[in-house]
Amino acid sequence: MEKSENLELLRQMLLIRYLEETAAELYQKGKIGGFLHLYIGQEAVSTGIISVRQPQDRIITAYRDHGVAINCGIPAREVLAELLGKSTGCSQGRGGSMHLADVSKNFWGGHAIVGAHIPIAVGLALADHYQKRDAVTICMFGEGATNIGFFHEGVNLAMVWKLPILWVCENNRYGMGTSPERASAVSDIISKACGYGMPAFDVDGMEVLAVREITAKRLEEIRAGSGPQFLEVCTYRFRGHSMGDPERYRPAEEVTRYLENDPIRNFKKLLLDNNFVTELEVEEVEKMVAEEIAEAVKFAEESPEPAEEELFKHIYSEE
Amino acid sequence: MATITMREALSQALWEEMERDEKVFILGEEVGLWGGTYAVTKGFLDHFGEERVRDTPIAEAAIVGAAIGAALAGLRPVAELMTINFAFVAMDHIVNQAAKLHYMFAGQMKLPLVIRAPGGGGRQLAATHSQTPDAIFAHFPGLKVVAPGTPEDAKGLLKSAIRSDDPVLFIENATIYQMRGEVPEGEYTIPIGQSKVQREGKDVTVVTYSKMLAYAQRAAEELAKDNIQIEIIDLRTLRPLDLIPVLASLKKTNHAVVVEEGWRSFGVGAEVAARIQQEAFDDLDAPVLRVAQKEVPLPYNARLEQLALPQEADIIAAVMEVLR
Repeated sequence: MEKSENLELLRQMLLIRYLEETAAELYQKGKIGGFLHLYIGQEAVSTGIISVRQPQDRIITAYRDHGVAINCGIPAREVLAELLGKSTGCSQGRGGSMHLADVSKNFWGGHAIVGAHIPIAVGLALADHYQKRDAVTICMFGEGATNIGFFHEGVNLAMVWKLPILWVCENNRYGMGTSPERASAVSDIISKACGYGMPAFDVDGMEVLAVREITAKRLEEIRAGSGPQFLEVCTYRFRGHSMGDPERYRPAEEVTRYLENDPIRNFKKLLLDNNFVTELEVEEVEKMVAEEIAEAVKFAEESPEPAEEELFKHIYSEE
Repeated sequence: MATITMREALSQALWEEMERDEKVFILGEEVGLWGGTYAVTKGFLDHFGEERVRDTPIAEAAIVGAAIGAALAGLRPVAELMTINFAFVAMDHIVNQAAKLHYMFAGQMKLPLVIRAPGGGGRQLAATHSQTPDAIFAHFPGLKVVAPGTPEDAKGLLKSAIRSDDPVLFIENATIYQMRGEVPEGEYTIPIGQSKVQREGKDVTVVTYSKMLAYAQRAAEELAKDNIQIEIIDLRTLRPLDLIPVLASLKKTNHAVVVEEGWRSFGVGAEVAARIQQEAFDDLDAPVLRVAQKEVPLPYNARLEQLALPQEADIIAAVMEVLR
């Protein structure tokens, strides 16, 4: 890999981390309403996956969507503006944290009903298949979503119709506060995909290059006509499920152990140990990202609220 | 004018739109090989092929969810639910996805989607397969809800629904597929969101839609023998609801009865009556009356079932009462 590519992966992961830390502060100051689900700890997952998608490949995900939005190329300022409910947000202040999207970047949204976007992904891929487009739909969801009916209906239909979909299960160990051991008849998630006769793989989600490499291979096969494939990415949510999480469900030692396996620190170390980049280059990236977030906060805070006459706009496309 | 059945009208609308636009396709249970549970899509698979006439598993959330995704990505899916009772299994996708995505993402996502679903009671299918839950779906901004009562309207409105860039729930009634009616020759569409005066009269305004339209028309014939002339207004679309012809009619009749097949509580009649009292209070000589299904889950036994469903005699009685 080129140095610039490595630095770009690092930049995106850092941008997500700084964005999320800033969002947490803004939430505590009361500037962000509703729910806020942070992606801290999981940055390598979407960064690795989306780094190898083609522009025609569609991305759709669940409600923990800030990282995915950044990786799809939505500017941090538009993400923060959306979190603040401003008219300059990517969903013009209508969607909030859980509903970021930019169709022009082939990012089809964060979706907040667990698993409901899984059948929708089937339809996105069906449209590409129908119109003979060389595109793969990448559908991301948490391991908790594999227990809901939508998942089973969706992966089954995708397989029946042999559609170009990469199912990405981000296993961050807890669906809110419930582990797979307590919620899923099989805690080995990929066996569920195997049950539908689908090629299924898993990967360490704390290593961005590993995620990137396996995703590239899966996308290549799907593009060549393999039909849907399933990738479980094993990761960990460093923060609570949302901002009001008492975290009674996991021991502090477990969190500490995972914090030692920070995907950003892992990647930085790999880059430096192998002399792929210099300390100075890393510092430059960190500085650049910090400046971008500072500018984004300013932009979001100074942006206007949606006008009152916006309330009834967009209920239908034919007004 | 040609005389055709409701089934033929729907079938013609689908066929013509599929011929007109390659982006239109059908998905649902038994729409292909079987030819449609109610034979609306009979012959479609042979003509249009498997890509465009897609049999699905019995998985309504996947059917509606996949239709939503395909619509987002630029196709014009027509999803068929075998009955509207199965829409409850796909409720999240209908009301929480289809009705929301355009608004929630500030117009970025278009949903040119039609969900066809037949409902209605009277066929001894018992409580879970006999419902008329139209009002529930009309509750949600973001969804359009169409429910025609004649072959002419069914054809013209289904074509408009397919061409619409918004999600449309197209509610049919399973007991009137054989109903015959005149349809215009050649190409025509009927706009969504327009009520229609189906019979003119001066004494009572009867507001109804779907299957109950024919009941109201028969009641009108009976009432005419007693020299009572009812004006029948067919809503045709429940959301957006067009009450302009109703309000105009009330200026003349000063009496209103609302007739629906579904349950009375929180129903279409409740909405129409509330709007009438708010917007035409001074035109009313009597309270608005409602004819609706009795408040029980429909039983299997034919006699009990008919007892629970609204009948022509109930409409006549309500008209007489409102005039008293």
